[in-house]
This record gives sequence, structure tokens and C-alpha cells, in this order.
Amino acid sequence: MMKNSIAASPIFADGQAQAAAFPYELADEAIYILRETAAQFERPAILFSGGKDSIVIAHLAMRAFAPARPPFPLLHIDTGHNFPETLTFRDRLVAELGFDLIVRTVQDSINRGRVREESGKYASRNALQTVTLLDAIEELKYDACIGGARRDEEKARAKERVFSVRNEFGQWDAQRQRPELFDMYNGRIAPGENVRVFPISNWTELDVWNFIREQHIALPSIYFAHERDVFDRDGLIWADSPFINKTPDEQPYRTVVRFRTVGDMTCTAAVRSDATALDDVITEIRSAEISERGARIDDKRSEAAMEKRKRDGYF
Amino acid sequence: MDILRIATAGSVDDGKSTLIGRLLYDTRSVPKDKLDAIDAASKRRGVDFLDLSLLTDGLIAEREQGITIDVAHVYFSTPTRKYIIADTPGHFEYTRNMVTGASTAEVSVILIDARNGIVEQTARHYAIACMLRIPHVIVCVNKMDLLSYDHARFDNIVAQFRTQFTALKPAAQRLDFLPASSLHGENVTRSSPHMPWYTGPTLLEMLEVAESHQPRHFAARMQVQTVIRPRTDALHDFRGYAGRISSGTFAVGDEILVLPNERRTRITRIQRFGADIERAKAGDSVTILLADDIDISRGSTFCTSDAAPDARRELRARICWLDRTPLENGKTYVLQHGIQRMRAKLAHLESILDVVAQTESANPAALKLNEIGIASLRLAQPVYADVYADVPTNGAFILIDEWSNTTAGVGFVL
Repeated sequence: MMKNSIAASPIFADGQAQAAAFPYELADEAIYILRETAAQFERPAILFSGGKDSIVIAHLAMRAFAPARPPFPLLHIDTGHNFPETLTFRDRLVAELGFDLIVRTVQDSINRGRVREESGKYASRNALQTVTLLDAIEELKYDACIGGARRDEEKARAKERVFSVRNEFGQWDAQRQRPELFDMYNGRIAPGENVRVFPISNWTELDVWNFIREQHIALPSIYFAHERDVFDRDGLIWADSPFINKTPDEQPYRTVVRFRTVGDMTCTAAVRSDATALDDVITEIRSAEISERGARIDDKRSEAAMEKRKRDGYF
Repeated sequence: MDILRIATAGSVDDGKSTLIGRLLYDTRSVPKDKLDAIDAASKRRGVDFLDLSLLTDGLIAEREQGITIDVAHVYFSTPTRKYIIADTPGHFEYTRNMVTGASTAEVSVILIDARNGIVEQTARHYAIACMLRIPHVIVCVNKMDLLSYDHARFDNIVAQFRTQFTALKPAAQRLDFLPASSLHGENVTRSSPHMPWYTGPTLLEMLEVAESHQPRHFAARMQVQTVIRPRTDALHDFRGYAGRISSGTFAVGDEILVLPNERRTRITRIQRFGADIERAKAGDSVTILLADDIDISRGSTFCTSDAAPDARRELRARICWLDRTPLENGKTYVLQHGIQRMRAKLAHLESILDVVAQTESANPAALKLNEIGIASLRLAQPVYADVYADVPTNGAFILIDEWSNTTAGVGFVL
């Protein structure tokens, strides 16, 4: 089912690129950024969540360094609350594209007393994974971490640079960002600092889907309509799982849904959808009334939830 | 599909964020949940209309103060093309963020509050747009609704703008004027019923036909970012030079000149996204293979063999300073031209520009944050840069502070 990426679909002769729905200069820009990251840093890594954006990053890296292997391992910060489909997919992608995979778990951070599990109805490991990530960066001595964040997702992300310098504590200081002029990226850092790199900053959700379609990139099955046990909470559809503390009146039922964004099972809500194929998904997004992160439970904690998490060292 | 990159500029409260909100709203680029959220926030703030500026002011400090501090990037598309807007801050103290946002723009939209006319920030922002040589500038005279859509007032502002800035305007720059009310959406995406005297296109109509590609006559240039060597048995002899073409075109069979070696060779293969192609153009990220074995590494430059840039050990440049620590004579910096870095020493600070009066004063002691001047630099090794006015994509550089590592200034080769 997963087709290998590289030579699969050559849509880049001049005329064809014009006809394509995906603006290919965004891929040129991303590849330029990935090559700068490889050249400017000693130990760069790709932050891989199993979501569509980080899958696209992995495929862009394949294209940037072809026919050689990309000089980045994939780092997965595992909350332990994954959709099983995502993990299966991750292992197949790693095997077929030939990446090295490094996994660090929130459970291990809990066992070592670095973080404490949240309690109550809304307990999630979303905030805890920041600590696991920062510990991993320090342990593995990564000086650059490549992420799939996009500026159209969220208003704090709309403000972040492509090369986002973080201090020793991984913190983003919105008011002291370096000017970023033309395409001259400045990745010079002091020891202990690191840089988060966002090659697809300028892509929108629709750009990502059009690229996936035109380049025949495989995705985990949960992005497409399927039957699942769910329950309702706060106007959102939550996937039923042992990781969520349901109240007695939250009764699971079975229905057809898909996921528009994929975090772990405690922070990602489903949407009702019949879209079983890529074209259906794209049609659905074009007409959607709700934004992509409208189904992110982690963003709903406050108006400034993302900016606050970024200040704490989040992706 | 192509992309048009736009930067908006203007003084505080000229209605930039509202104008962008209007473009997004009228092109149906804002999902309902985001609209509901700003509707609720507008009511909390006690305004009785949809405060579209809340769409882009994404930082806590910005919402607290009601101003834009840093560039926000905003996206929308029409059936014609995709748009990227850099919504840049209006405050003088955030000029450096404005320059950041404007550096990649193909169109600059400068807002003027019709009630205030041309103010100091108008001069500053237009001077920056001219310094960056943004090909197309649209001056949007906003808030016409507050002046009863006064035709004479608009004509006055246009006439004053043309007189005051004649000397600044590069010959190739396209300059348009537009009367608008972003609050009521007049002349943004729909013509205004209140300004029958304006028969020109709306803002969106101007953007739909604006030029998004660099002129084709530019000489071909590419800096090598990295050398690709698979080191496998099957691809033992593969040696590709990866980079993004900054101007012109390269085709298989072309003779090129490699700098700094000054060796001529021929292109045997070009790959883009891992597949072979015959020809590549400015903006394409490619891997190029050559006929001869030449010592090439990161920072080497490929160019057309009959139009190569000169090797410069000294640069005279227009500089815009972006750091709190001033630029001073005798200091050393790291100069980054494209992807190539070298040490540079500030040899002589020649003059400083008063952007409002448009006069240059000689021999300033320093260039402080947000100030613009002309300086000469001495370089530790040669740079293959063009004059910015001739080939902009190979004529700019940044100056990095050696100690703080921050990007402290931007320069344009004269």
C-alpha cells in the first residue's frame, strides 16, 4: 500500500507544475531549508509524530538528498497514548524509507520522576512530552530539531521564524526573534542553545494534502473515514480509549469518523466524515467550516495555549 | 499554481490588520470557528463590529496592547493564485520586524490614514520598500469613510506622495494608488458605491494580476549548499551539487563557470525532487552534476560563463541596522552572503540617511537600531556578489554579531 516516494510521480517539468494544484515552489523552499539545516548544524534530527506534516517532512528530506540518504534520524516523542494505526505506520515508513528511528517515552520520564501524570477528566500527556523532548535533545546532543509546524495552523505559530532559536530550556522568546531576511538563515548558536527548524512554515493544510495527493504519499488510515468507538464531550467527538477518564454519562457509541490532525488519543478529536479517499478529503477541507486545529483539545485550554506551550519549550 | 508574496506596511492604527482581515473574510478564507472566536473576543473588548485585526495579532502582548509587534504570516488563495501576506508592525521601534517581513515581498501595500495623510512612518516604509527594490508598491489611502469619501483629499495625498518621493523611486518600480475603507470592505475586494470617481481596480484585482516572477534576463547564479555523495556501491561515482538557483536558468549541456576556482565545465545532469529534468529556473532546488572533476564545496558558486560576478574583497553597501548594539567603525562581524559566511570589518561608515527629509549626513559615529546608512566593509575572503540593483537575489547580505550570534544588520551592495 505504501508506494515509495522518490521516482513515483514526476510532476515537475515546467508546464506540469503550472497545471498542478500544489505550488511546487513551496517544496523547493522546504528542500532549501532542509539542506541548510544539514549544512549548518552538527546533529540535526526530524521530530516525527506520525502525523501528516511530519510524514511530509520525511518525504521532502528523501527528495532533498536523493540519491543519498537524508542525514537526519527521526525522533519520536512517544506519549504512550498513540493511535495503534500510527505506530504501525511509523514502523513501516522507517523500514521502507530507511531512516534511523529514535524513540523517547513520556512513561520513562514519569518513571524517573521528571514529570507527574495529570489527573481528572482532562488528564493528558500533551504538556508532559515537552520535558521528554527537552531531555532527549540534551541526551542526544541535537543542535537542530526539524518540525512540521505550519504558520496557518495557529496564531502564535504564524509569528514564528523558520529558524527559531531556543535557549537552553527550549524556550521560545517571541519578542526577541532574530530578523530573518530573504532566504538567508542564520543558525549560529551558543553551546546549549538549539534551533527548531520549520521547513513547511508557508504551507497551508490544503497545500499539504495536495502535495500528498500529487506525490502519492501514503498516510496512516485514521486520516480517512472509518468506523470507531467514540463519545461526545464539550461538543467534540473523542475517540474511546483506555487513556481517557470518562464520566459515567459519557457513553461510547460506534460511528464513521476521520481525524484531521493527529496528536495522541487524549488531545485529538475526530470529525464526522465519509471521506475515504484523498480526493474526498480535499473536497471536504475546501468546504470545511471548522479550522484544522478546531479539533485539537490541547489548544482549547486557553486563547494563548500555544504561545504558552512554546515558551515552555514545546514544538 | 503560483504564489504572490505581499508585505503590508503603515503607521499604527492605519488599519493594516483590518485590511488583511477583510481580504481573508471576503475571500472566505476564515473558517467559522475562527470567526466565532473573534466575534466573542470583539464583544469582550466592547467593540460592536467584527474586529478583524484579532485574526492576525497572535501574541499575548499584541492583544494586550492592541498593536502588531512582530510579523504574522497569513495565507489565502483564489482560483488564480496562492497569497502569502506578511503583516508587519507599524511602530518605529519594530522597524526591524517590518524589514524581515518585506524582504521576500513582490508587492508592498503601504497604508495611509486619509485623515493624517503622509506621516513619518509612510516615508520610512516607502524608503524601505525602495531600498529592498520591491517591484510593485500599492499605496492604499484608507479610512476614506471617515472623510465622507472626499475625492479632493485623495488627490492631494497622491500628488504630495509623488512630489515628496520622486528621488526615492527606482525606475523599474510600479507605483499604484487606491482609495479604500478596509473597515467597510470598500475597494478591497468589491468596488465602493461611495467613490464613483475612482474607476481603477480594487486591491484584490491589482493583486490578481501582479507580477510574481523575477525578470527573465537575470544572469544565472547558484550557490552550492551541500555536496551529495551517496557512498554506496551502486552509486559510487555519484557526485551532485545541491543548491537553489537564485537567478536565471541552467540547462543540461550548458557551459558554466565555477567560482572561486574560475574553472569552466559543462552540466551533464540536473535533478529536482530526485528525478532528472532538462532545465531549471530561479527558485528551483536542484542537484547539478558536472562533466569535470573540480574541487567544489559548500559556498562555491555556479554562474553563466559569460556573465560572472566579480570577486570583491571590499564592499560598499547600503545598510539597515537591526540590532540594539550599534554598528561602529572598526568592528568585525560575520557577513553572510546567500549561504556563504566570512569575516568582515567595518572600514568606513560613510553616511546616514534621514528617511523623512531624504538627506544623507556624512561620517556618523554609529548606525543605531532601525537606522539606514552607507558603509564600506573589508572582507577576509572574496565574495561573488552582484550589485543589488542589477541582480537582487545575489546582491544582499546580512551581518551577524560574532558574540550574540544575532542577525544585526542587512546590506545591499552598491
